[in-house]
Amino acid sequence: MSGTEGVLAARGPVAFGRPRFPAWRGHLHGSDLIWSIAFIVPYAALFVAFVIYPMGYGLWMGSDPALYAELLSDPRYVRAAVNTVLFVGLAVNVQMILALLLSGFFARRRRWIKALLVIYILPWTLPAVPAYLSFHWMLVAYPQGLPNNLLSALFGIEGPFWFNHGWLALGCDIVANIWKWMPLWTLVFLSGRMAISQDLYDSADVDGASPYQRFAYITAPLLANLYVISTLVSTIWTFGDYAPVLFVSGGTPAFASEVLSTLGFHYALDFANPPLGVAAGLSVLPVLIPVVILLMHRLKTMEVQL
Amino acid sequence: MSALFPLRPRPRAHYRLRRILVEASSAALGAIILIWSLMPVYNMFLVALDPWGHNEFTWDIWPPHPTLAAFAALWNEEVEDIRDIWPAFGNSIYIGVLVTALTVLVGSLASFAIGRMRLTKDSTLSSTALLTYVIPSSTLIIPFLRVMHIYGLLDNPWAVIAAEVTFATPYAILVLLYYAKLIPIELDDAARIDGASVVQVYLHIYLPLMAPALAAVGTYALLFAWNDYFYQYMLLMSERHTTVAMALEQFFDDDDAPWNYMMAISILYSLPPIAVFYALRRYMASGLTAGGIKG
Repeated sequence: MSGTEGVLAARGPVAFGRPRFPAWRGHLHGSDLIWSIAFIVPYAALFVAFVIYPMGYGLWMGSDPALYAELLSDPRYVRAAVNTVLFVGLAVNVQMILALLLSGFFARRRRWIKALLVIYILPWTLPAVPAYLSFHWMLVAYPQGLPNNLLSALFGIEGPFWFNHGWLALGCDIVANIWKWMPLWTLVFLSGRMAISQDLYDSADVDGASPYQRFAYITAPLLANLYVISTLVSTIWTFGDYAPVLFVSGGTPAFASEVLSTLGFHYALDFANPPLGVAAGLSVLPVLIPVVILLMHRLKTMEVQL
Repeated sequence: MSALFPLRPRPRAHYRLRRILVEASSAALGAIILIWSLMPVYNMFLVALDPWGHNEFTWDIWPPHPTLAAFAALWNEEVEDIRDIWPAFGNSIYIGVLVTALTVLVGSLASFAIGRMRLTKDSTLSSTALLTYVIPSSTLIIPFLRVMHIYGLLDNPWAVIAAEVTFATPYAILVLLYYAKLIPIELDDAARIDGASVVQVYLHIYLPLMAPALAAVGTYALLFAWNDYFYQYMLLMSERHTTVAMALEQFFDDDDAPWNYMMAISILYSLPPIAVFYALRRYMASGLTAGGIKG
């Protein structure tokens, strides 16, 4: 290890550019070729066995056009599709914007802010099921429950029955998702901010830049790529996130706060119609495929920049 | 740079007032963040420390009669419905540890072959791996059932492990590939010229230098396994394979469920990932977002 550190130290910061090709590149053959293939085989095997095969099977299950006609004629599906757009659109964008702003707050050099960050990360490390069950239990007990008790104690307002109305229940699910995942993105943006050279801010200060100008002309352009990539990854994850809906609102009242991932689950299990469940899930592909392609493209251009 | 910002004299008189305002508003923001982050956690304790688990139907903000009775009952296996909770913890830990280890292993091997040996271009592998996310995992579970049946893995914890590793690895590869760019490739070259084999380069250069990224990826995989419920619920049927997440959901479905026990289990279940995360936090700080920083 010390020898390695010596090499790292001797080379200085110039070394951290794009790695040059190894000496044996270009004639990767013989044992090297075999080794490199052997190293990739475990992942390739997983990918074929547990991604390609189930995916192909799923596409085949959901290939009958009649399934989609059936879906569109089901008001529960239409509601769930609208809910999914709201769930993903609101949860992702609100948590990204707040995470970007909060990362600026947490970048302040104060001891108590560092301590607060430790607590702020807690929701991300809590497992989904217990955390969302706690949300459910806080909100389900009308007219009491912790939020309503606080509202009553602090402001003398009587809180609503949170799961009585579809939009309100969906709002609770969105808040729960934001609560759990915002700390991760705040950490990501915080490390992004830390990587920006302090010299830039110092010279901006010399020029008398306002805090807004510092953000608009230094932080924002340098974090833009990270922000876009994080938003795309978060969008992909949130489309598949069933847990808030399943455990916080449970889809109540009467399927009014379901999203497509949980509705597909109900179709497959409760209504014993697995192909319809798969079709409900596949109907997000027109949105998800462009997002994945955009993400691939972003990562590729990022590599070129390096 | 100076052209960007018009020169402005700083009004010194306003400095103190502005500082006080900034400090006051950050204190207020801090208080909001504290309440926001801790409310559901506090609620877990509020219910778990209640002797009956029914204080959500009171107006109490503090537990009126705090007691560890629920934890004691769990420990002594006094409660009829949840006598199997300790084997369930064993199952969750078994799955979690293997998912973590396998994600780190498979991810580091693949990222080494691509990033260091240049089997193909980086973007080919990460793009292919990203295809995993095209169909949401919650939809893919339905064909997964059929596929696992063909593999003979139904009702086998290895089916869950395989599924979770499959979904955790693409992100792991992404983070590892981008973190590896911080390590000069000349190190590998030097070792190779000195006669090190590929495996030696992987074991003695790649893995030690990638440790922060591996810690980040391992924590991510553990959290992924700990967050999962669908795959465990769908792929495991028999009682002896029940995990904690499944047990909690069974409670949730039961209308007479004693919620203080449920929240006590929830608190215990939350401890391992929290402990791992905070133990590795400093270590992995640079690993978590290395890819993003370079972007």
